[in-house]
Amino acid sequence: MIELQDIRKVFNTGRPNEFVALHGVSLSIDAAKVTVFKGPSGSGKTTLLSLVGCMARPTSGRIRLFDREITSLPERFLTEIRRKTFGFIFQHFNLIKGVTALENVMVPAYPDGENHASLKERALNLLGLFNLSHKAHSKVEWLSGGEAQRVTIARALVNNPSVVIADEPTAHLDTKLSKEFMEIMRRLNDEGKTVLIASHDPIIHESDIVHRVIEMRDGKIVTSGIAS
Amino acid sequence: MAKWIERQRNIIDFTLSSLLRRKRKNIALIFVYIVVVFFLASVLFFTYSIKKEASMILQGSPDMIVQRMVAGRHELIPISHIDKIKGIRGVSSVKERLWGYYYDPIVGANYTLIVSDDSQLSVGKIIIGEGVSRTRLLFEGDAMEFKTYDGAIVDLEIESTLSQKSELVSSDLIVISGGDFRRLFGTPEGYATDLTLKVRNSRELPTIAVKIAELLPDSRQILRDEILRTYDAVFNWRGGIMMVILMGALLAFIIFAWDKASGLSLEERREIGILKAIGWETSDVLLMKFWEGMAVSLSSFLAGVIFAYIHVFFASSMLFEPVLKGWAVLYPHFKTVPFIDASQIIALFFLTVVPYTVATIIPSWRAATVDPDSVMRS
Repeated sequence: MIELQDIRKVFNTGRPNEFVALHGVSLSIDAAKVTVFKGPSGSGKTTLLSLVGCMARPTSGRIRLFDREITSLPERFLTEIRRKTFGFIFQHFNLIKGVTALENVMVPAYPDGENHASLKERALNLLGLFNLSHKAHSKVEWLSGGEAQRVTIARALVNNPSVVIADEPTAHLDTKLSKEFMEIMRRLNDEGKTVLIASHDPIIHESDIVHRVIEMRDGKIVTSGIAS
Repeated sequence: MAKWIERQRNIIDFTLSSLLRRKRKNIALIFVYIVVVFFLASVLFFTYSIKKEASMILQGSPDMIVQRMVAGRHELIPISHIDKIKGIRGVSSVKERLWGYYYDPIVGANYTLIVSDDSQLSVGKIIIGEGVSRTRLLFEGDAMEFKTYDGAIVDLEIESTLSQKSELVSSDLIVISGGDFRRLFGTPEGYATDLTLKVRNSRELPTIAVKIAELLPDSRQILRDEILRTYDAVFNWRGGIMMVILMGALLAFIIFAWDKASGLSLEERREIGILKAIGWETSDVLLMKFWEGMAVSLSSFLAGVIFAYIHVFFASSMLFEPVLKGWAVLYPHFKTVPFIDASQIIALFFLTVVPYTVATIIPSWRAATVDPDSVMRS
């Protein structure tokens, strides 16, 4: 369970370019469900996900993650929560260029000091799960869009997170690949993971795996209904 | 502890893969780095070991040398002074010494001729240094031609060559008998070039020197410590010249390395953002940058020092012996005995490895403290 209470996020506070991204958002997100945030660009979807994912702090308001108040935690603890609780799938994939797909998958687990061999085996298994075993040693810039997307998903899962956050995951995928992506999300949800997706792609918010669609506009929640 | 080691190992592993991405740039950097460390370490190794060697050889030299001065110039000294000096309390022995320089017009070199009181050389025989032998292509049993002070030609037979061990100061040396020396230079009997003294207690040397000065007002006294200090100064000075030449190169390198290490490209900044977003702490990023700096600078430092060691102690410092060994035509040709001053190596380490590593870490620290959500919004 993730709870947001009166969350406000202001960028460039006190400067001429001050911008309020979220206006007092309160929300409760169920665990082990697929929740989609939809809305036009600038509606605050990505900001909301980055706050939930401990990437940034709200200007005001509180966030509780599985009954733990996280907004007041020091940076170190936030990083640890981010690493162990969340897996991120970014719009632009954000893979590290020049290194192999395998290494990209392993990178989030490095700071934990896990045994290199066992970590490597786990990363290879994940790549195998997404039919990418043959690409494990390829550099990421040689991969197709769909392959890069799956490497990103494998990387998000390497620390076995309980929450997967995806920001516009299908923005660079065609219809077939977008549907494949949603099938992967279904599998993850079946395993009990909470899935949070920000997207304005109908393939996503009209998908039958989605439990709840929250519509946002201008930094506020417009509707937060159950998916049809 | 095992976790800590694994963490370091994982991050080093990633650092090395990262470095390999910019293979050409990093190889070029490491190459320049190695060259700079190589030259600096070579100068340090060479000057230190040459000084050490010279001082070891000079340890066997007399405690004091007494020379006669006329109008500020070194003149021949009457051997009769020996008895006067012997009478001073604390003096254990006094010997006359004959030595001088001989210009060889064939090779344009100056030889140092010395009459040794240790070797009982018979008249007509000489012992020559390696440098003389090499330059003139003369070996044991050959005759060497000399021109006396009055224009006569004298052939002296080479009995042997001097051991290579002490070639630094004996390269241009010719050991000759007293009779031949006097015949060559016209030095009158009863006179010597200078006198050498041994004393019982070296702490009494200054007092004895004062007494000799009173007894022989036209003499000067040279103490062994002064000779050692002179050698030290000369070699330091030559090492200093090399250092000055190298400073230009070093400065250029520092600018190059600083630029390379401290300037974070947009790509590198983006990467740091990604690492933070996927769960790396600021300290993990800094650890990675620390290993990156260390990988480049430590490997270059070690390679540079090893190459310098080989260059100085196995290849006779062939790259800069003309500067360091002096102006003589007869460059000593010898393998320097490995003496290494640990403090110099440590100083070199701190001058090369530490600044580079710091220059790598600081800009990353600034980049690593940004909010990771910048990646989400990029």
